[in-house]
Amino acid sequence: MSENDYLPGAQVPDARGYFGAYGGRFIPEALIAAVEQVADEYEKAKNDPAFLAELDLLLKDYTGRPSPLTDVDRFSAEAGGARVLLKREDLNHTGSHKINNVLGQALLTRRMGKTRIIAETGAGQHGVATATACALFGFECTIYMGEVDTERQALNVARMRMLGAEVIAVKSGSRTLKDAINEAFRDWVANVDSTHYLFGTVAGPHPFPAMVRDFHRVIGIEARAQVLERTGRLPDAVVACVGGGSNAMGIFHEFIPDAGVRLIGCEAAGEGAETPRHAATLTKGDPGVLHGARTYVLQDEDGQTIESHSISAGLDYPGVGPEHAWLKDTGRAEYRPVTDDDAMQALRLLSRTEGIIPAIESAHALAGALVLGRELGPQATILVSLSGRGDKDMHTAAQYFGLYDSEGK
Amino acid sequence: MNSKLSEVLAAAKAENRAALIGYLPAGFPSVEGGIRAVRALIEGGCDIVEVGLPHSDPVLDGPTIQTADDIALRGGVRIKDVLRTVQEVAGSAPEAAVLVMTYWNPVDRYGVARFAADLAAAGGAGVILPDLPVEESEEWRKAAGEHGLDTVFVVAPSSKDKRLAEVTSAGSGFVYAAAVMGVTGSRAQVGTMAHDLVDRTRATTDLPVCVGLGVSTAAQATEVAGFADGVIVGSAFVQRILDAGEDEEAALAAVRSLAAELAEGVRRR
Ligand SMILES: Cc1ncc(COP(=O)(O)O)c(C=O)c1O
Repeated sequence: MSENDYLPGAQVPDARGYFGAYGGRFIPEALIAAVEQVADEYEKAKNDPAFLAELDLLLKDYTGRPSPLTDVDRFSAEAGGARVLLKREDLNHTGSHKINNVLGQALLTRRMGKTRIIAETGAGQHGVATATACALFGFECTIYMGEVDTERQALNVARMRMLGAEVIAVKSGSRTLKDAINEAFRDWVANVDSTHYLFGTVAGPHPFPAMVRDFHRVIGIEARAQVLERTGRLPDAVVACVGGGSNAMGIFHEFIPDAGVRLIGCEAAGEGAETPRHAATLTKGDPGVLHGARTYVLQDEDGQTIESHSISAGLDYPGVGPEHAWLKDTGRAEYRPVTDDDAMQALRLLSRTEGIIPAIESAHALAGALVLGRELGPQATILVSLSGRGDKDMHTAAQYFGLYDSEGK
Repeated sequence: MNSKLSEVLAAAKAENRAALIGYLPAGFPSVEGGIRAVRALIEGGCDIVEVGLPHSDPVLDGPTIQTADDIALRGGVRIKDVLRTVQEVAGSAPEAAVLVMTYWNPVDRYGVARFAADLAAAGGAGVILPDLPVEESEEWRKAAGEHGLDTVFVVAPSSKDKRLAEVTSAGSGFVYAAAVMGVTGSRAQVGTMAHDLVDRTRATTDLPVCVGLGVSTAAQATEVAGFADGVIVGSAFVQRILDAGEDEEAALAAVRSLAAELAEGVRRR
């Protein structure tokens, strides 16, 4: 495939949900009707001015969009002097980009006449956003979260419960995001008549990768205009963290036709991509099928999924959205591994130079920007997706840096 | 040419009864123990066995089969062990049809043509791949056809009539009708959806229609045998083995006796 496939007007995914060789719909027959209903309803909704107007209003008055673009001079000085601009999804209501997709799918749920929503969550940000929308719309809400993640993101568990959601700690497998998704699928198969599965990233069966991306495209559309207005030109690179890949797809998409803009996704390398403990799916994985789509997967020779590891619950996932798999293979985007330690250093650096505490997920993108800035030098402009705020991560950070009085390092 | 699977189902029909189909994962509780357990299914009276290829992410399975898959994978079961299980069972029980049931990724990763060739060489009769919908199945069906393997597709209560026709026309051997909306696991009642689904399925195909998901007792087997061509039981067998703990003889005896009860059940319609 050539880069020309990314010129405006290229139709991706195709009718069967494929981005090149990736995507599709690998799901049980029992879910086919429900997934087709989501696809049909989304096709209608996205061409319905009333739906779009209602979503726009929610994004403005409820979420607080447009999110600001922030110049970070003191941080930039550490990035080889390159000009770093942050797209502030952390300032959205609920504290991350996740709310963009959640509001879109909540409106869709109402259109489909369903009354109950289920979702998976890793860092808890998608769960909090989903619980928030369910409170707003009056839906019943169940959130599946790996037991490991309920411990490291305990604040978000409390937030979800405060909002009225049921939170179920998933104890199977690696007890992280992958297993929360498995459990949500099991719930969906049994309750599909009443229930919408509000999938939280650009993975899963068609139409989720394209639909979730579309609901997040607003990030890149706003940011591209903001950067042009602020600097008079396009950025040299756009950098985002990649778990399933939703904030990255959201900010990348509008820039895909801009051939001069490098798109760089930062994956979680955990203790190192060369160690067995990482979540660098695009760097170290192989094409396979996980959670309903063909994409890169961390897997062994027998097609068994390998457990991922990351200090960041939101990036601790052995799969990735199929559109990223395609962007990688075509060379339009690059994917780099970022270790736990480098992300935590970047988290502290942004906190201390700019007074902004980022989510550990977003800190992976910041760490990537520090390296890239030093490669590109002071002439360069780098747009970074600051996908979420770090309040939820203070326990992990306090343990990592010894911030509690009782255990100060 | 009639496939092994069609022959076995036709023989049951000729006896004016439903066929009994039993499921157990390979490698559970160990590779050798698993081979003995699948043989016990046949000794007890199963006409067809489904050998599960355990997967790390069994999204269609409830807690019982998840636990068994987990034990098998932690014990180090590999695809080659699954194929050897098929070979040992098919070799010792030529009267039975041996299927492999698994998720798509292990087959995809092993290699579509290679898996079809190796399964056929092991004496396998076909596969059930519940997360491979018809739309994604062309490459597999071609390979399966070349090696004389049947591909059994699953239909669900949520499948609309038009869709049923598409699914049944792509499949062979039999059609697997899911009795309920949900994952594997025993249930108190078979439910009313199964009968309706079987009737709607029959309207689209001449293939035998077998019912699974949640069936665990002889009484349920009799009920299902009243309207279906075969009765599929999985979790109940797995549970017998789990309940027996370390005592393999007790586990095998429990599997045999449940299979015998169910075999009586499918003859009582
Ligand atoms: C703040 C934040 N950023 C990023 C992610 C990763 O998700 P994605 O790759 O879909 O953007 C998460 C997920 O939990 C998150 O909470």
